[in-house]
Amino acid sequence: MESVLKTAFPFIVTAAAIGAAFGGVMMVVAYTVLAERKVLGWIQGRIGPNRVGPWGLFQPFADLIKFIFKEDLTPDKSTKFVYFLAPLVALTCALLPMVVYPFGPQIADPLGWLVPYVAGITYVGDATVWIAEQARNMPLTIARIDVGVLFVLGITSVGVYGIALAGWSSNSKYSLMGGLRSSAQMISYELAMGASVLGVVMLAGTLDLKGIIYAQINSPFRWFIIPQFIGFMVFLIAAFAETNRVPFDLPEAETELVAGFHTEYSALKFALFFMAEYVNMFTVSVMCAVLFLGGWYVPGLDYIARFFGVQWLFGVGTIGYALISHAGFIFKICLFLFFYIWVRGTLPRFRFDQLMNFGWKFLLPVALANVILTIVVVYFLNS
Amino acid sequence: MEPSLETYLALSGILFTIGAVGVIFKRNALGMFMCIELMLNAVNLTFVAFSRYYADVTGQLFVFMVMSVAAAEAAVGLGIIIAFFRNRISIDVDDASILKN
Amino acid sequence: MASNVLFFLFAGFAIACAISMVYHKNPLYSAVSLVGVFIALSCIYITLAAPFIAAVQVLIYAGAIMVLVVFVIMLLNMDDDKPLSRLRYLYAVGGGLGLILLAQTFFIFYAVMRTPKHAVNADETAGNTLSIGTAMYTEYLLPVEIVGVLLLMAIIGGVILVRRFDPGHLKLVVDNELERRHEEDEKDDFRIAL
Repeated sequence: MESVLKTAFPFIVTAAAIGAAFGGVMMVVAYTVLAERKVLGWIQGRIGPNRVGPWGLFQPFADLIKFIFKEDLTPDKSTKFVYFLAPLVALTCALLPMVVYPFGPQIADPLGWLVPYVAGITYVGDATVWIAEQARNMPLTIARIDVGVLFVLGITSVGVYGIALAGWSSNSKYSLMGGLRSSAQMISYELAMGASVLGVVMLAGTLDLKGIIYAQINSPFRWFIIPQFIGFMVFLIAAFAETNRVPFDLPEAETELVAGFHTEYSALKFALFFMAEYVNMFTVSVMCAVLFLGGWYVPGLDYIARFFGVQWLFGVGTIGYALISHAGFIFKICLFLFFYIWVRGTLPRFRFDQLMNFGWKFLLPVALANVILTIVVVYFLNS
Repeated sequence: MEPSLETYLALSGILFTIGAVGVIFKRNALGMFMCIELMLNAVNLTFVAFSRYYADVTGQLFVFMVMSVAAAEAAVGLGIIIAFFRNRISIDVDDASILKN
Repeated sequence: MASNVLFFLFAGFAIACAISMVYHKNPLYSAVSLVGVFIALSCIYITLAAPFIAAVQVLIYAGAIMVLVVFVIMLLNMDDDKPLSRLRYLYAVGGGLGLILLAQTFFIFYAVMRTPKHAVNADETAGNTLSIGTAMYTEYLLPVEIVGVLLLMAIIGGVILVRRFDPGHLKLVVDNELERRHEEDEKDDFRIAL
């Protein structure tokens, strides 16, 4: 019995971590949708949703219920299997990068404080001691993959199938045009995105997201946004194109293509695409925060703790430090999400040839020049 | 307990066989292209399996080279397919018979 | 145990997807099945302690090459593959080749199974990014450079192949070239005459 529990323990922990991360990401996404409608409303001099709950706080749930109970239409001439597969692919690929996000710093001894209280009790005491032993230095990441950056880039690049297949299987010319545009756009901007990440990877000397954060820790002046400002700008622009957001929302340009690749989708299948788009925004914001703004690192937190002598509460490795760092991480993500919404309320849409010219003739050369510059600087710094 | 080396080789062999048979059965150029990619992947699997069982990184480097070659092949191959489609409005390899007779 | 179960799960998925790729007449179904094979293989690479290769497999094969293929399928908007009407003898050729290759696979399986095993050298560092990078830029630098040149050639070749040459423009280029050569010849003649 005991050995079975001990074998099952890692699986239980992983399952719990996945559940917590999934719930958290979904809540952030739900409220991003609400925030988008509110902020767009303010930008345009409106109020935005304000009927469901105070300040419209329950609006996302009302929307979800509406999506679930709507009639699910399937076009008669569509390719059924692919038509069902496409939204699933889109949402799965959007959610998968979640497993490598570094949500916070590792806690040195999260359950150590519990041990003295329960040490006397039979079974429970032993079990707690064992669990506390296991939990020591457990990083706040679901899977420890040492090629985290590549993993995220790879999974997001698979996400294009969701859109391409949706466009193809709907058997509608608007959908097909949307799917075509989307795959062309995502292939083009993926290159610039990958090249802009290279600079950061070279400076940090690792592909591990945790390692990249540890390379930027101890001072906000070590954040990679300063040495890699060009890379940061390229990444941000490419991220807009990768997530199909304004000003690069050609695949769903409603003035030309009705609704682009999801014209023929309704009810819950449309909701899956909708969620996938917002989860992708979240992913890109996480990557921005981790690669360029030091991830969960909150500047000065450990100095303040040392200054006021409250290291037992906020010192490096305590639960308080982890919580505040995590809050800082979420704050940085929200900053980028707000930037997305702000841009949506401000900029008009590109034309398709402008988009392609911009991606291939400006963004990619700039990103490559940045890589070469970084190589030279790193070489002379190391020699 | 890990699967042993011969299991990986068997999987690789089966995938290679499917790919090789597919190249002959498929009549459109894209299908043949995809079958060739499958055969390359079967070979990659043997490289990685050997790399694991001899604890040598060389096998994985070969996989990297094979992937680069596959990418180059995709760029040129798809270019040829599009050019062929423009001329013949078909990508059936049996229609590529301009030089016949 | 766990890795055994995972291996057979992904191996089964890979073989099923591969068969479905050959079976389906519709190119897009084939492409989607092939992506399934790539992802299954990538998972197998992770169980083989090669995370870098696994990530690159998804990034290059599933994320770049197959997206291009799907893009071309959508762009050309093709109908289904034709049956082998004219070339019926190919069934026999394909079946024979398949049988030979399967026999070979079984032979390899038994031959490797019967050789004395030396202990698996479970060196976990062999697959990590650092050792791959080190090997790539020291011992195998020349092959990497050659592959880089090959990729550049492929890019240029792809652009040249797909580019629509404006016939008038092309003629103009050819004419200019001929004219230039003619002028040079005349100059040479002039020089010789001098």
